[in-house]
Parts: sequence; structure tokens; C-alpha cells
Amino acid sequence: MAATPFFANLDRIFILLRDWLVGFLPVAVRPAASVVLGVIAIVCVFPGLFALTTIFERKGLGRMQNRLGPNRVGPFGLFQPVADGIKALIKEDIVPLSANAAVHFLAPLTLVVAVFMEFAVLPMGRNMALVDMGSGLLFFFAMSASTELSVFMAGWSSRNKYSLLGAMRAIAQMISYEVVLVLSSVSVVMIAGSLSLPDIVNKQNHYTHGFPHWYIFTPWGFAAFVMFAIAATAETNRSPFDLPEGESELVAGYHTEYSGFKFALFFLGEYLAMFSVSGLGTTLFLGGWSAPFSFLTFIPSWFWFFSKVMLSIFVFIWMRGTLPRLRQDQLMNFAWKFVLPFTLLDLLVTALWRILGLGWQRWVFCTVILVAAYVLMGLDQERRRHIGPRRYRYAE
Amino acid sequence: MTAFPSPLVGYLLVAAVLFAIGLAGALIRRNAIIVLIGIELMLNSANLNLIAFWRFGPHPEALTGMMFAIFSIAVAAAEAAVGLGLVISIYRHTNTAELDKINRLKG
Amino acid sequence: MNAVFYLLAAITIAGGVAAVMLKHLIHSALAVTVAFAGIALLFLQLDAQFVGFAQILVYIGAVAILIVFAILLTHGADLPREGVFSKSWLAGLIIAAGVFAVIGWAVLESIDAVPQRNAVFEVSVQKIGNALVGRYVLPLEIVGLLLTAATIGAVIVAMHEKERSR
Repeated sequence: MAATPFFANLDRIFILLRDWLVGFLPVAVRPAASVVLGVIAIVCVFPGLFALTTIFERKGLGRMQNRLGPNRVGPFGLFQPVADGIKALIKEDIVPLSANAAVHFLAPLTLVVAVFMEFAVLPMGRNMALVDMGSGLLFFFAMSASTELSVFMAGWSSRNKYSLLGAMRAIAQMISYEVVLVLSSVSVVMIAGSLSLPDIVNKQNHYTHGFPHWYIFTPWGFAAFVMFAIAATAETNRSPFDLPEGESELVAGYHTEYSGFKFALFFLGEYLAMFSVSGLGTTLFLGGWSAPFSFLTFIPSWFWFFSKVMLSIFVFIWMRGTLPRLRQDQLMNFAWKFVLPFTLLDLLVTALWRILGLGWQRWVFCTVILVAAYVLMGLDQERRRHIGPRRYRYAE
Repeated sequence: MTAFPSPLVGYLLVAAVLFAIGLAGALIRRNAIIVLIGIELMLNSANLNLIAFWRFGPHPEALTGMMFAIFSIAVAAAEAAVGLGLVISIYRHTNTAELDKINRLKG
Repeated sequence: MNAVFYLLAAITIAGGVAAVMLKHLIHSALAVTVAFAGIALLFLQLDAQFVGFAQILVYIGAVAILIVFAILLTHGADLPREGVFSKSWLAGLIIAAGVFAVIGWAVLESIDAVPQRNAVFEVSVQKIGNALVGRYVLPLEIVGLLLTAATIGAVIVAMHEKERSR
């Protein structure tokens, strides 16, 4: 990586900034202060990106639906997030009389805290992960699992049938797709040999003939990435899996009874979850902070990380504007009868990839197995499609 | 006691208190689900014991305590699933989840 | 023995007591979630990061949600008429106190024989992986079998009966 000192310093600019700021403090508090500065940076940057994404989404969806998005507030509507923020803050906070006040209050807090914790392990640039734990990926999934409980707390404490229904559907969906999320990440862990996210990025940071060794460019990695993307969309309750919060179905699902700032916190939590799961997908499959071609490594690593995350967000918005919503039983059917078996097969193919050693044979073999399985499972799902009255046998 | 002679004693006493609380919960309450919650608390206290002994014991490199705790977590989750499935099934049959009403074998 | 340990112990025990004493079942489920989180943090205090995060993932992410779903499906939100404590609650309390007395006495009597090694042993995930497929492969396979049987069993037990002709 032939980088002139200017570009090398640009790459490390945030680390240098942090060290310079921390240098003003006595030596004893420096480690704690550097961590606190990292936390402040995360808490400022990602909600800022969230504000950008809301306007990005509304304009983008508007264009996809052949209309302009918001265009009144500021040039091309770019100050719309400011208007939305002010509106959320000054709205009256209505809590239903029969609602369980303590749980109703704690639900959005639990969601936002759990989601912010997920950012602590993402490597946002070279040496820029806030905490480098040996089991960083497990920590990420642990925090992601904690968000489900807050969804339930919100839905139940509102004492509203629609909220409760929305919450139960959301939790069923999140649990099913979380299994898929973890299993598709396990393929990456098998090849990288470590649960620590900076290690996984370092393993992908090599180039042959200018092309990077990202895991998405391998057959098992591509299949795992597709499954991961499906599971990530379902985990964050985004279209086409947004039945729990679809306006035409359930009023607003589990955040029906929330108004004002608490609703803004739920909104923030959902978008931040989208950012963090995109960040994880980038780290595991798209090479994290590494550049796409070896002659582009002079561009700073954090620029690549954030570009890839914003590209993933754009794909999320694109899917929302394009695909229709899935029904609850279609969603669950899809998870347990197609995505999960395919992910398990992908685990086997990853093991096969490792065993077959280097060479062209493993590429051909793995690709053939995955494509054949996809075609066969797809044909099987087509065959099973029956149109008729639905009978539910499992827990209502 | 402001200072324990060894940190291990502190962890063991916390585990003992939690075990007693779980046992009390399993014996005092009428609802079957609280009994299962008590059982989960007892399992957690046993895990705490295992990890505390692994940390302060003589051969940590054998990882015995940690492995035992991991398997215990897995088995506890499976047992909670089956137990709660049973409670749901009994509720469907007898329309109650209280243990002193479910005292007849005749279905 | 530092302040963090006392704080975590207090949180865990408070969560446990609240879980057992609260009348409303959902509050009790949320209190036991706090107790699980306290135990996970105690594991982190004991330098067992893998087990701590696995505890959060399994207990808070799965068992707590199971408990909450079971409460909802058995309409646990309606409080029973005759109160939540059983008629023989005093006997239960005495037995629990007796068990605690025995265990506490055993711990305090053996203070001198208790191991005192204080050095931290660095556990890497590679070592855990090697141990799982090396020395502990038989328990691993058996737990896999057990989880499969438990999953199938739980689904079958909780399933609706097929509508037969009445």
C-alpha cells in the first residue's frame, strides 16, 4: 500500500484528532477519555447519518413512485429532518391512561441503548473499532437479541390490541430471521477463523491482480451475503418484511401509542439498527474498510466503510420502493422452509471450500452445488404454493 | 462483612442467595410460569458457581467450568422451551395455569 | 471486592426478589430479565466474556421472550381471585431459608480451603473452539441431539389438536 504521508495521515485523521484532544488531559484519565471521545463521536455521527437518511429515503421513494419527495423546507427539501426533529420534540407526549407507565417509558430507551451498543464493535476504518473484543461478533448478536424484548415491552404496555398483535408478529419474525443472520455469519467465521471483527476485515484486505479478497466474491460468500441481506431486512422490519408496522394493516403496530419524542426514539432505533446491520454486513462480506481495487487504497479507509454502508442503505430504500409487503405466514414460511435450509447448505459448502484447498476445482464445485440447490428449492416452493383457506396449526 | 477473605466467597454467597430466592419462588407461587422462572434462577445461580470456581480454581486452562456453564445454558434453554410448551398445552386443556387447580389426573 | 461487584450483586438479587414477589406476571418476567442481565455482567467481571455474551444472547434473547409469550398465551395478565401466593407459602419460605442456611454455612466454613488463584487466565475463542471439538466433543453432540429433541417436542406439545369430528 504505497501511500504518501498525506494520505496516510488522512486515513488516520480521526485517531490523530482523538489523541491530540486527549493529550490535554492528565495521563491517568487518558484511556477513559479516549473511549468517551469515541462514544461521543458515534453518538453524534450516526444520528446525523440518520437525519440524512430520512430525507434520502423520502426523496428516493418519491422519485421511485414518480413524484417529488418533500421539497418545501430548504433547498430541494434538504432541511426536512430539522423540521421533523422540531416537530417530534414539541409534540405532546400522550400516554394512554390504562397503559403501564413504567414499561411504556422504558421500551424506547431499551431499544436505543441496545442498538447504540452494537456500534461499539464495528471497525469503521483502519484501527477505528471502538472496542476490539475477542468475541466481538457474539457481542453484536447479543445486543441485537436484546432489542426484541423492547419491542415486546412497547407492544404490551400500550394496552392496545393492535400494538400487541404487531409486537407478537414482530418478535416472531425477528426470532426466525435472527437464526438465519447468525448462521450466515458463521460461514464467514469458519473461513476467517476469528470472532473479532477487525480480524475478519484484515483477512479480507488482500489483493490479487488488483482484485480484493472480499468474501462476497466467493460462491459461498455470495450465497451467505444474499441470505444475510434477507435476514437483515427482516430483522429491522423493513419492507418487504414490514408487516408489524405496516400502516394499512395494523395502524402502526407496536409503536401506535407512542407520540412525540418517544416515537422519534423508536424511529431512530429502527434506522440505527439498519445502519449497524449494514455495517456488520459490510464488515463480514464486503471487506469492511478495504478499498475495491489495490490502486485505490490511498483513499481513506473510513471513506470506504461509510460509502459501503450508505450503498447498503440505498439498496434497503430501493427494496422498499419496489417490492410488495409479505404476509405474516408467507414471511415465516419463507424463513423456515427456504432461507434456513439454504443457509445450512451454505455452511456445508463453506466447509467443502475449506477442505478442497486452493485451485479452480473448489470454485466450480461450490458454485454448482449452490446453484443446483437454489433451483431445486425454488421449484419445490413453487410446487407447494396452494391457494385456498389457510389453517393455522401452531401457536396462535 | 466489608471485605471477603477471597473474592470467590463473595460470588458463592451471591449464588447461594439467588438459589434460595429461586427455590422460594418455585415453592411459594401458584402460577406455573413463575415456578419455571424460579427454576431458571436456580440454573443461573449454578452457572455462576461454575464460572466462579473456574476463575479462581487451580486449573483454568482446562476450561472445564466454562464448558460446563455453556452446556448448562443450552440445556436450560431447551428445558424452558419444553416446560413452557407444557404449560401452554395444560392451559388449553384445563383453562387455568395455577398449580393447585391442576391436581387431578383425570383429563 | 470492589464496588462494581456489590452493585451487580445488588441488581441481580433485587431482580430475583422482584421476579418472585411481584403480582403482575409480566413485571415479574421483566424483573427476571434484569436478573439475567446482572448475572451476565457478573460473568464479565469474572473474565468469562464468551459465556457472558452467550448468556445475554440465550437468556435475554430467547428464554425471556419464551416466558413472555407463555404468559400472553395463558392469559396470565388476569390476576387470580384467591391471590398469587399458595396456601403453604410459609413452609416454602422456611425450606428456602433452610437451604440457604446450609449452603451459606458450607461456604463460610470452608473459607480457608477455598482456592485463591487470582491471576487472570486469557481465554481466546480459538481455545474454546478447540476444547469443544477436542475434549468435549461428546457433550457437544449430546447437547445437539437434546436440543433437536427438545425443539421437536416443544412444537408438538404446544400444537393445536387437529379438529376432529366432535
